[in-house]
Amino acid sequence: MKENKKTYWKGLEQLTNDPEFVKHADQEFPGFTSKKNQSEDGGSSRRDFLKMMGFSVAAASLAACEAPVRKAIPYVNKPVDINPSVPNYYASTFASGGDYASIVVKTREGRPIKIDGNSLSPITQGGTNAIVEASVLSLYDKARLTGPQINGQPAEWPALDAELGSKLASAGSIKIVSNTILSPSTDRAIRQFAERYGDVELVTYDPISNYGITRASETYYGSRTLPSYHFDKAKVIASFGADFLGSWISPIEFARQYSKGRKISKESPEMSRHFQFESNLSLTGANADYRTPLAPSQSGLAVLSLYNMIAGKAGAGSAGGANLDVLHLSRAADELWANRGNSLVVSGSNDPNVQVIIHAINELLGNTGSTVDFQNPVYFRKGDDQRMNQLVSELNSGSVGAVIFYNCNPVYDFGGGQALADGIAKAKVSVATSEVKNETASLVQYLAPDHHYLESWNDFRPKKGLYSLAQPTITPLFNTRQAQESFLKWAGNSNSYYDFIREDWQALHGGLGEGSDFQSFWDNCLHDGVYQASEAEGMEGEEETVSAAGDISAAVAAIGKRYQAQGSGSELVIYAKVGIGSGTFANNPWLHEMPDPISKATWDNYLTVSQKWASDNGLQMKEGATQMANVSANGVSFTVPILVQPGQAEGTFGLALGYGRTAAGRVADGLGVNAYALLNSSNGYVSYDVTEGVSVSLSGESYRIAQTQTHQTYMGRNFVIQEATLGEYKEDASAGRYHPEIYKDGEFVKPSKISLWSGHKYSMHHWGLAIDMNSCIGCAACTVACQVENNVAVVGKEEVLNRREMAWIRIDRYYSSPETADSYKELEEAADNPEVTFQPMMCQHCNNAPCETVCPVVATTHSSEGLNQMTYNRCIGTRYCANNCPYKVRRFNWFKYHDNKDFAGVNTAQNDDLGKMVLNPDVTVRARGVMEKCSMCVQRIQAGKLTAKREKREVKDGDINVACAVACPTEALVFGDMNDSNSKVSKMLKIEENSMEAIKEVNEERAYHVLEEINVSPNVWYFTKIRNKDKNEA
Amino acid sequence: MSIKRSLLGVSFRVIHLMVLFFLVLGFQAYAVDPEVPDSEDAISAGQSIFNANCKTCHRLDQKLIGPALRGVTERRELEWTKQFILNSQVLIQSGDPIAVELFAEYNNTVMPPMDFLGDGELMNLLAYIEYGDKAEPEAAAADAGAGGESGGGSGGGIPSEYLTIILVVLVIVLILVLVVLGLIVSVLTKYMNNSDKLDADDKEFINQKTDYLSILKSDGFIVIVTTIVLAFVVKTAVDGLYTIGVQEGYAPSQPIAYSHELHAGEYEIPCQYCHTGVEIGKSANIPSANICMNCHMHIQNVGGQEGISPEIAKIYAAVDNDQPIEWVRVHNLPDLAYFNHSQHVAVGGVECQTCHGPIEEMEVVYQHSSLTMGWCIDCHRNTEITTRGNEYYDKLVQLHSESKDALKVKDIGGLECAKCHY
Repeated sequence: MKENKKTYWKGLEQLTNDPEFVKHADQEFPGFTSKKNQSEDGGSSRRDFLKMMGFSVAAASLAACEAPVRKAIPYVNKPVDINPSVPNYYASTFASGGDYASIVVKTREGRPIKIDGNSLSPITQGGTNAIVEASVLSLYDKARLTGPQINGQPAEWPALDAELGSKLASAGSIKIVSNTILSPSTDRAIRQFAERYGDVELVTYDPISNYGITRASETYYGSRTLPSYHFDKAKVIASFGADFLGSWISPIEFARQYSKGRKISKESPEMSRHFQFESNLSLTGANADYRTPLAPSQSGLAVLSLYNMIAGKAGAGSAGGANLDVLHLSRAADELWANRGNSLVVSGSNDPNVQVIIHAINELLGNTGSTVDFQNPVYFRKGDDQRMNQLVSELNSGSVGAVIFYNCNPVYDFGGGQALADGIAKAKVSVATSEVKNETASLVQYLAPDHHYLESWNDFRPKKGLYSLAQPTITPLFNTRQAQESFLKWAGNSNSYYDFIREDWQALHGGLGEGSDFQSFWDNCLHDGVYQASEAEGMEGEEETVSAAGDISAAVAAIGKRYQAQGSGSELVIYAKVGIGSGTFANNPWLHEMPDPISKATWDNYLTVSQKWASDNGLQMKEGATQMANVSANGVSFTVPILVQPGQAEGTFGLALGYGRTAAGRVADGLGVNAYALLNSSNGYVSYDVTEGVSVSLSGESYRIAQTQTHQTYMGRNFVIQEATLGEYKEDASAGRYHPEIYKDGEFVKPSKISLWSGHKYSMHHWGLAIDMNSCIGCAACTVACQVENNVAVVGKEEVLNRREMAWIRIDRYYSSPETADSYKELEEAADNPEVTFQPMMCQHCNNAPCETVCPVVATTHSSEGLNQMTYNRCIGTRYCANNCPYKVRRFNWFKYHDNKDFAGVNTAQNDDLGKMVLNPDVTVRARGVMEKCSMCVQRIQAGKLTAKREKREVKDGDINVACAVACPTEALVFGDMNDSNSKVSKMLKIEENSMEAIKEVNEERAYHVLEEINVSPNVWYFTKIRNKDKNEA
Repeated sequence: MSIKRSLLGVSFRVIHLMVLFFLVLGFQAYAVDPEVPDSEDAISAGQSIFNANCKTCHRLDQKLIGPALRGVTERRELEWTKQFILNSQVLIQSGDPIAVELFAEYNNTVMPPMDFLGDGELMNLLAYIEYGDKAEPEAAAADAGAGGESGGGSGGGIPSEYLTIILVVLVIVLILVLVVLGLIVSVLTKYMNNSDKLDADDKEFINQKTDYLSILKSDGFIVIVTTIVLAFVVKTAVDGLYTIGVQEGYAPSQPIAYSHELHAGEYEIPCQYCHTGVEIGKSANIPSANICMNCHMHIQNVGGQEGISPEIAKIYAAVDNDQPIEWVRVHNLPDLAYFNHSQHVAVGGVECQTCHGPIEEMEVVYQHSSLTMGWCIDCHRNTEITTRGNEYYDKLVQLHSESKDALKVKDIGGLECAKCHY
């Protein structure tokens, strides 16, 4: 048995054993700190107590006299397919700013309450991410516009149409500004509008631009296309700053593909190898096998050096340019070359020159056609940064007659936003169709608010030959109108957009030939949500595919000019967070409360700095306590809090997009700074790297960032994470496993041999969860999915600082240091570029549960199906259970979070009538003073069992699934019945016998229990993390 | 013991009589046409056809909109019966005398044609009509007999009403004994006083008076009385507290004076006709106005009176104004308890009346049961699971086969918290 000697730590405080940290580390809950700062004596006196008691006795007896009259109000005319208390599911599509996900919407009593992935989609394959999961709450956003407005005054649609129609006719040049439009019917509606008014141009930009790649395709291949990537086919992946698991182009799709290449078993012990070269520690970098910190000013040269190395192997001539020696780069080159045709090189840079070289590398490696597919291009990001820049100057010159902002917010999320804001006033007519009166919409004359996407019809073509539909899942809540219908109306077409889409789909159907009925074709597509057209079919507007490769010398020259071998020492890299993304959905408290996968910070935008910079500047970060920094770059100055981030490349800083909203709504407004203001497009593309003129200095002002990372530590119990390298695993499948033994009666025995408990028997079901840490990428989709499914409260920044966040499932992120480090100083050096491991942690549903034995009122008990049950109405809030839980997964309701004006600003889903529509009616909203925790989605288990009983059959594997596992884009979580040896979870754990025992014979070598030595015997199993590395090294 | 035995003997005889009675009833069956199948499959297939198509107007042993059907194959020719079911109007118009007479007898109500039924289905239907739903009373009688026997045999389970009787008799006997003893004492005292052989001391002892006042004033007495009074007060208070939030008997007045007695009782409209959710979902559903309109499109007043009833007019108003009817909820479970109708009705086969009481006799609906957790749990403790024909339970039944006791809800986790609280 080989023991893992690495030291894992959750934050710098733990690593340095800070006294403040040690003091709090063993406490599940911080000392009683009140939400509102109370006066010195605080609390209440004996007299107050008696008064309160007297009052409450009187109140209770009065209240008991008469029960309130409750109404039961049926429909007047019940719709056939809506039965109260029975959920309906509709396939639909989420698309925003070029992001795409095929989804299934769960509705109850006609209200959407949960979004799951659509497993029929070949693109997202049933996966979702945090933003998609959370988007259901944006439907019930109080900030949404309730009807059209003219010059800020509420108006009626006919009045708006009449006034606008005549104004547009005389406006002259009309520009429509939009994010990438994936919808062919929307395109056609805009074309119809253009035919009516003549001088109309559609200008497309994306908040997070991939213009660089399309532009590079144009120069290199002669066609402006974005290829589809196949990370599943790639044996070696090299990424230069592309956060393809978090925010790059199509992260859900890529995460799914990536995980396929990372799944490993004894039968096929092969996995992809992943090199990452980046500045900020991204989600993708955290999952890489080899990660190299790299300053953005060097990145172009690093890509060029890789080209030269591979060109050398291929026998092609070197392209010249300064060669840069970067750690792991030559090794990456060797392995890419060795796996040519099955490797993949990507870059997150928006610089077309760099992307030309990337194209050329993939061409040299023969990846084009296999992992990089130009034959089936994707249409996700069609934004044209250059054209958008021109538009800004045209607007300012006054040459634009009318400008229509179609569901976009460039004043906020475009680099030249301020200039654009000035220009809007110079247009004769300005219109916006946004749902919210956002930064752009508040500047226009006419507001024609669109429906929320869950209220709309739409169609999409994300990829060549692939179509999907969106359908309304609720009657529009407000007096809004589908934007496409507005365009059609203004074009003089009074058709509904629904009929309009169907016209387009007639064309698709036409390809199927005679004999098929359009209605049934349409019904099928609507049911499935997606439709894959064959080669011959397709709508007009399919782009041409690429063929010839072009010349790279111009790009090489440009790179030579723009990049240096030595970084300037002070560079800023602007990135998109996994949760907040571009900031379009920033007014969603679920996304703010979700800890960032890497920094574990909530509710804040911060400047990430390297360890070295922090120690050079004398900054120490303790429990989120940090300092503000004065930052100036690209002529903009602001102050932001600093977060010390291990893995940050030296001499670089990171800042996230999506914050600093001013007109998003009460949740997002005023949070953080707007990083879009720093974006510069002087080179013809939006640059997310500021390599020159960045100055950062400590302001001396102290600040606290609400991080969840130093909470609930395992304090030196280092066998929580068990891992091995691929080589070790191939030799011994149980490599990295820790087998604790306990001394008893003269011999060492397995902990499971010693027990105080007599054990349970599960006669019917035995629910269990297997978590593959090799597949988990830490994206936190599960966290948000759980929040939606289980009505988990949002508590806000102040309460997160008090360590009272409520998430039932958290993802623990552990950094590691090499085993050779035995002094703190050495550990600090190692921490500069640590390995990262993600471990989802929720109630482990122990068979010998420590919480159950300490509850004085038996509020937490064990079920006959292996679940640890939490009964809220029985709980009196002693919190003994939480103190006795070794996994620290129990959450206490310190306050009444629902219907409480103190939390109305953050917990919008439980405080206003509109927000409450999103609550899951099958799950209790917990009251103040009770404990709660993961229930293994017992409401879903009960519902699944009931369906089976009603249909008089056994429960089939897959009938019941927990919200976290459904959301997981990488299938890292597998839920099922361990009593059934044919279930997926049993097969994964290699449970061969159908047994009713609580302690199952698990034959999978990688499977382990966290904290096995205490023999609480969880029903959640973890699989060792296998890294595709030569040896254990940090 | 003699008292008990005699009482049990009485019940014994009654039960035997009842069993005999039911057996006789069973043998009294009609001479059913021999062609009608009597297999269980046929009967159950027939039952579903009956429930789907006939139940609105017909019952087996009761006259409703149409005649009671049992015995039809004896009364009529088989071919005639089939024709009548398939399309009665054809038969009537052809001038068949029996058909014409029947049509007139039942107010010229047209029976919709059932020509979609195949011959096999027709025979199944007839099988149900002749043999269906008769097994139940016999089984019930057999159960009652078995129950009586086991009660007599073991002697352990004495029914509570017997206990009360025994207690009362015991008290009377004790009082009688007391009176007799008192009489004996007074006779003996008199006799001793009359005797001359007693000395002064003995005389004093015999004639001493009990000082009742001192007993009243004694500490012991005061303590006993105080304890009894306190216990009584505490018991009353606790009982009172237990009734808080329990709305047993709650019968709020509703916006429409809808009578279950009329609809469910007199007209025997099946509960599921209006409460459509009861077999598919958590809530049984208060019927929407369009369901009311299915019948009240035609029925505008009660008991065949002229004009529109003011209560029925409220439905019309609701439909016309698109304004839902705001019923007052009678059965209110707290939010913390999850209850699912389909689990109990569709899976468990629990009758509506088990929890809702004699709903078919209620002019105004009231809460029949206490709906407390104790009430739920009691039922879960005692209710056997109907596992037959449900594959879901196969494994459990197999595991349970070694046990002597029946498989009850409590045995499959029916007492666990997370069955209702999550």
